[in-house]
Amino acid sequence: MSALAARRRTLPGFGLTMGLTLSWLSVIILIPLAGLFLRSLELSPEQFWNILSSRRTLNALRVSFGLAFAAACVNLVMGSIIVWALVRYRFPGRRLFDAIVDVPFALPTAVAGVALTALFAEKGWLGGPLAALGIKVAFTPVGIFVAMIFIGIPFVVRTVQPVLQDLDPEIEEAAGSLGASRWQTIIRVILPSLAPALLTGLALAFARAVGEYGSVIFIAGNLPNISEIAPLLIVIRLSEFRYADATAIAVVMLVVSFVIIFAVNRLQRWAQSRIPER
Amino acid sequence: MTIEVKNLVKKFGSFKALDGVDLKVDNGELLALLGPSGSGKTTLLRIIAGLDWPDAGDVSFNGEDALAQGARERHVGFVFQHYALFRHMTVFENVAFGLRVQPRAVRKDEATIRTRVKELLDLVQLDWLADRYPSQLSGGQRQRIALARALAIEPRILLLDEPFGALDAKVRKELRRWLRSLHHEINVTSIFVTHDQEEALEVANRVVVMDKGRIEQIGSPDDVYESPATAFVHGFIGESIELPIQVEGGVIRLGDRPLRLAADGLAPGASKLFVRRHDMLVGPPGSGAFEGAIRHVRNFGPVQRAEVALSGGETIEIDAPRDKELRAGDTIGLEPRRYRIFAGA
Repeated sequence: MSALAARRRTLPGFGLTMGLTLSWLSVIILIPLAGLFLRSLELSPEQFWNILSSRRTLNALRVSFGLAFAAACVNLVMGSIIVWALVRYRFPGRRLFDAIVDVPFALPTAVAGVALTALFAEKGWLGGPLAALGIKVAFTPVGIFVAMIFIGIPFVVRTVQPVLQDLDPEIEEAAGSLGASRWQTIIRVILPSLAPALLTGLALAFARAVGEYGSVIFIAGNLPNISEIAPLLIVIRLSEFRYADATAIAVVMLVVSFVIIFAVNRLQRWAQSRIPER
Repeated sequence: MTIEVKNLVKKFGSFKALDGVDLKVDNGELLALLGPSGSGKTTLLRIIAGLDWPDAGDVSFNGEDALAQGARERHVGFVFQHYALFRHMTVFENVAFGLRVQPRAVRKDEATIRTRVKELLDLVQLDWLADRYPSQLSGGQRQRIALARALAIEPRILLLDEPFGALDAKVRKELRRWLRSLHHEINVTSIFVTHDQEEALEVANRVVVMDKGRIEQIGSPDDVYESPATAFVHGFIGESIELPIQVEGGVIRLGDRPLRLAADGLAPGASKLFVRRHDMLVGPPGSGAFEGAIRHVRNFGPVQRAEVALSGGETIEIDAPRDKELRAGDTIGLEPRRYRIFAGA
């Protein structure tokens, strides 16, 4: 440690900043999570299992994770296209569109929920025509899906954008002059170069959608077993003073999210390892 | 493959990058496009490659219209200044890229591709790097891999855009010689762009000097150095002394001083006199066309370089052999062994 400290003398403050980092992370993240686990330990394994295997819990988890993943995938595809247009082309209003991408970041989620609900309700601007086609969005799982897409899009765009900006257009010209078609250039050159960023964007959008509460509950209709998301079920259990039930669901969400994020992270590492730093 | 470029014009906004360029490149030639930045040389190269399109003019390969084809169909190998290697692919896959993206009908089988890539890596003497990634290579190695990649498609023409521009001086010199011997070996019609006159003169069979979107002179390295066609070429290639002179009634004046130089056949008016630094011979005061006082002297490799204040007011630098005795403060006479005068200011 003293040797390390001696070497670090040119950049002072290691001890202080490291200490602050550890205590801050503990207070803000680690201790609350540990508390959550401890709380769930009050349940016997049997009780824990009963809570989780109840139909309502399983359905809520399925709705949350399933729709979040689907929304993240849609965001991945649409986000990539938006990034491509924003980075590669110059058109009037480009900076405005670029700013609009951040709206879901900045907007209070409840406001977004109310706005989406009004829009997609049966008498709304979009809900009306869709209802005529027999598609019901508000107060159904489709509404949850729409809200999750809305809040996830900036995560994909903002993660991929800087990487695409750094990608030299010369490599596309090189691919073209070597005989690659446009499609081959995209598949073999551009997408592999963007893969780590795309995976990060996917993971972030997914994590956000799983945890989303505010915008979803307005549009979801919140019918148990159909359009009830896991975070809402937690709130319901809390309001019923069934704290153990609430923590059990929370722990499961935590573990599943962690496993998924971890898996995406490994995948991203693997993709990154094929593109060593310059 | 011969290349013919006719009356090529290209504008970027109000800037004329190419302003009526005509050029013929013979089969198997190694041609240098030389000029300062903004002279249009890279634009010309990119138009030949199909990476840019002209506003007017024709480009033909072996007499057939090349502008009708995109970069993909032209079968032109292009080497970029900053290599443009695919960084998520190994060196091997980079070189194999052009072979793997061929249409299925003509694509070679995996074994043939492997053999071909191996041959190319041998050709650029980097077969031992096949499994590395571009980021693990030095600049010189990257550029050789970029060249191998371009050669993989058996290009009809090889185009190199400032191929050594991003490399340090020593590597650059090595690669120059190497490029020349490589060209000798594969003998494909090649054009390279450079702003480095030494590079152009050392590597190319023929040099095209460009300025402001126009071709100033086309000739062998000896031609452009020994008999520059324009004031620009004289000033750009080799180290020249440039003096503003006035031709009047058969007399050449520098400032208000008449020079002892013949003015036969020169148009009257403002002109420019060009002399190579080493063509200014030093003599005793009163001899030669010019007179001046030595300001200071520095040794410079095989020569000594003296700064001389001419009595006309101009200050010039001359190169003299090391055994000539020059001292700061001395007054000397200067006689240009060879010089050129170009009309116009």
